Amino acid sequence: MQHDPSVSPRRNIGKAELFFGFLKIGLLSFGGIAPWARHIIVEEKGWLTDREFAELLGVGQVLPGPNVMNASILIGDRNQGLIGVVLCLLGQLVMPLIIVVALAVFYDRVASVPEVNAALIGAAAASAGLVLGTALKMVRNIRPTLLPLGIGAAGFAAIGLLRWPLVPVVLVLVPLAIAGTWLGRRK
Amino acid sequence: MTGVLLELARTFALLSLVSIGGINALLPEIHRQIVEVHGWMTDQAFASAFAIANASPGPNIIFVSLIGWQVAGLPGLLVSTLAILIPSSTLAYFAGRALTRWSHHPAVAVLRDALIPVALGLMLASGVSMMRTVDRDVVTVLISLATAAFVYTTRRNPLWALAGGAIVNVVALHVF
Repeated sequence: MQHDPSVSPRRNIGKAELFFGFLKIGLLSFGGIAPWARHIIVEEKGWLTDREFAELLGVGQVLPGPNVMNASILIGDRNQGLIGVVLCLLGQLVMPLIIVVALAVFYDRVASVPEVNAALIGAAAASAGLVLGTALKMVRNIRPTLLPLGIGAAGFAAIGLLRWPLVPVVLVLVPLAIAGTWLGRRK
Repeated sequence: MTGVLLELARTFALLSLVSIGGINALLPEIHRQIVEVHGWMTDQAFASAFAIANASPGPNIIFVSLIGWQVAGLPGLLVSTLAILIPSSTLAYFAGRALTRWSHHPAVAVLRDALIPVALGLMLASGVSMMRTVDRDVVTVLISLATAAFVYTTRRNPLWALAGGAIVNVVALHVF
């Protein structure tokens, strides 16, 4: 079969590649891991398309546990089985654990410096924009039809605008999304 | 010491199984267990641990790891991390296997299609919620919007935008 460069090749991702990929995600993921996971998995490494990434993120969202972590478990298992899972989890946790403990040790000394505080707030503001911009970019690349657009907008409005709690929203929205998608397909 | 570790393990392993969306929805319950029921941390220490965890990279469960560290040092960190990690991860592992196994079943295709917009909508919402929490003045709002535009229009490393945001806000501190 001729190799088509526009389609991401379906080779298995190696163990070292998985570990170092997620190590990088863990190290860089200030202010939210999902945009960084997407940046590295979709744009930098080309392991998944935007659509595949969103699928795994959706599955990860409805299961208990952080959504990206759950998605990474599926990625690790599909490529390298249980060892792959352990490597993905270790990779994304090692650096954040070291950093969080280091921050805790220095926190009291550092947090009172106004420049440090301003830098942290500035980076946090940028992180918020990073999440927003990444979500919009995924919507643009996936080009959802009217029905999924409505489902996504409902989820966005409930959590982002009305500030309803996540768990009940997920418990109501997911069955509605499934029913809507199923009915849409039967036509 | 062993008693504290066992109690940390039990507390977080139970919470792991209901932690849809990570631990953010469970914050009130974690606070109740750690501060009120067990008295392991003061309110103040709990709040600054949350701030530190939010300033760190990584999945949001590292807040739980940090609680373990503050309560019982390195053993506490390891026990708490594994306790919040293993139950939900085991579930995700078997759920993923089931999805792969039944991947050609029409119901699985419907499920996957249905979950894509849910994931996108919630990610968009989390960006807006973060902006509402963090952005307190014109400068921070502009930093957020400029970063969103940067990420939307380029494939460059977003680290540039984060560094830019930090620098701009420090400069703004001295200008205004």
